[in-house]
Amino acid sequence: MQSEWQFIAIFAVLSPIFPIAPMVINRLLGPHKPNPIKQQTYECGIETVGDAWVQFKVQYYIYALVFVIFDIEAVFLFPIAAAYDQLGLFAVGATVLFIFLLADGLLYAWNRGVLEWV
Amino acid sequence: MNFDILEFLRSLADFTVFDYVRSVWGDAPWLEAVLDVVGVLVVSTFALLIVFVLGWGERKILARIQDRIGPNRVGGRYGLLQMVADVVKMMTKEVIIPSGADLVAYLSAPALAVMTSLLLFAVLPFAPGVIGVDLNVGVFYVLAISSVSVVAILLAGWGSNNKYALLGAFRGVAQLVSYEVPMIIALLVPILLARSMSTVGLVEAQTLPFLFFVPLSAGIFLVAALAETGRTPFDLLEAESEIVAGFHTEYSGMNFGLFMAAEYISALFMSALFVTAYLGGYRFFGVENVVLANGFALGRGLAILVLAVKTTLVFFIFMWVRGTLPRFRIDQMLNFSWKFMVPLSLVVLFVAAVLDKLLPADVTPFARAGAHLISNVLIGLAALEIIRRYARQRRLLQEDVLAARARSRLEPEVTAPALSETIGAH
Repeated sequence: MQSEWQFIAIFAVLSPIFPIAPMVINRLLGPHKPNPIKQQTYECGIETVGDAWVQFKVQYYIYALVFVIFDIEAVFLFPIAAAYDQLGLFAVGATVLFIFLLADGLLYAWNRGVLEWV
Repeated sequence: MNFDILEFLRSLADFTVFDYVRSVWGDAPWLEAVLDVVGVLVVSTFALLIVFVLGWGERKILARIQDRIGPNRVGGRYGLLQMVADVVKMMTKEVIIPSGADLVAYLSAPALAVMTSLLLFAVLPFAPGVIGVDLNVGVFYVLAISSVSVVAILLAGWGSNNKYALLGAFRGVAQLVSYEVPMIIALLVPILLARSMSTVGLVEAQTLPFLFFVPLSAGIFLVAALAETGRTPFDLLEAESEIVAGFHTEYSGMNFGLFMAAEYISALFMSALFVTAYLGGYRFFGVENVVLANGFALGRGLAILVLAVKTTLVFFIFMWVRGTLPRFRIDQMLNFSWKFMVPLSLVVLFVAAVLDKLLPADVTPFARAGAHLISNVLIGLAALEIIRRYARQRRLLQEDVLAARARSRLEPEVTAPALSETIGAH
């Protein structure tokens, strides 16, 4: 068990090398002549107006909330699916009820009209 | 056992080299660590190199679909070295960092994107025994790692301090988050059929590929995988005609190239995962277990070939879709996920679970496949019928509105908003 995750750990430690090496080589090989106009934030060729870090409407907020519900559902459903053979009728019934409750949540969100990109 | 260079080379040729090294030097902990490092380097290098081939192939095939020739100068008639030339060019470009950017977020975003797409390959089974590591929660690991790419996109959009980048990142997050749900629920079905979360377990369970059990689940997964990798028709997060280049507007040189590489690597992984979960992975009529009389495990090499061919076929579908379909509008795309794919995948999962429990335990694989297939066809037909009715209703509404507008040509300002309101209300 431990040696299984050892591979993932080594992978996670080594994997930054692969993107960082080209970035460093790029910096060494490429020219480097910064000037204020070149470094302006790009806005279709006209002068940059203001900052992008202002108050804005986070349109994906409700989607993210609904997503979190379904993601947590998945955490519960994956082990159930993997151990489906060992489940008795009662457990299957509970799972079915669980899926129904989630579908009900989706219907509720749908009816409240929160699944609209505005 | 003593080290023998010929034996070593032979084990290298039939992909049993790790077993050979273990048999020579024993199971010392340091040896495992060294083997792990070698494995990481091999898998990552393979994934990065395949980008060159895929990039060239995609440009060539897209060109053919669009009646062009495609790359044909660098590296002979077929432009074989085009991608190499592109990478060299990107390497020698100036790195322009906008003055308003948040440096940490700006620079870590491309690195994170590539890292996460590389980490996915840790659990991909290439052949029997040829796999980074066979986690017992393999599919779960894949979903966990692939959802980190959302963070990379958000970092890039926020760190650039560019309005287009921010808009692209918003769309990206909404899209990736929305399509992750049907993907997860669709992937639950093969796990349910295989009774295993490990990727190897999925492959081993497919005496008959799961595509013939649950084609609907496979279809949902394929569409969601397209969206998850941000490829056309779901490339709203980098829609050139609307928001310049989306979240990577401010990236130049290799920083931009890394985002491209990450997209290709994760698209390749998604096609490989589709093959693993639905098309039987490296299995092809037992060819993966062939061992020659002198102990040479020819099957492993053949299995890798089988996986490569199947993955290329699935990736070809990705390219084909990209060359054929136009881009969605953002609200259409989100509606498609939440109001069609999520309910459909829930129904597919529900029916598969109940059906699998109702079937007697000693039923043959073919009968089991048949039962699942029939249920899937029925669900698919029902879904098509619902969609057809909805489309018809909308078309009639639109015709009504158009007719009303034709009647009252004198007040166009009344009818113009009425059109969108009437359609939006349904």
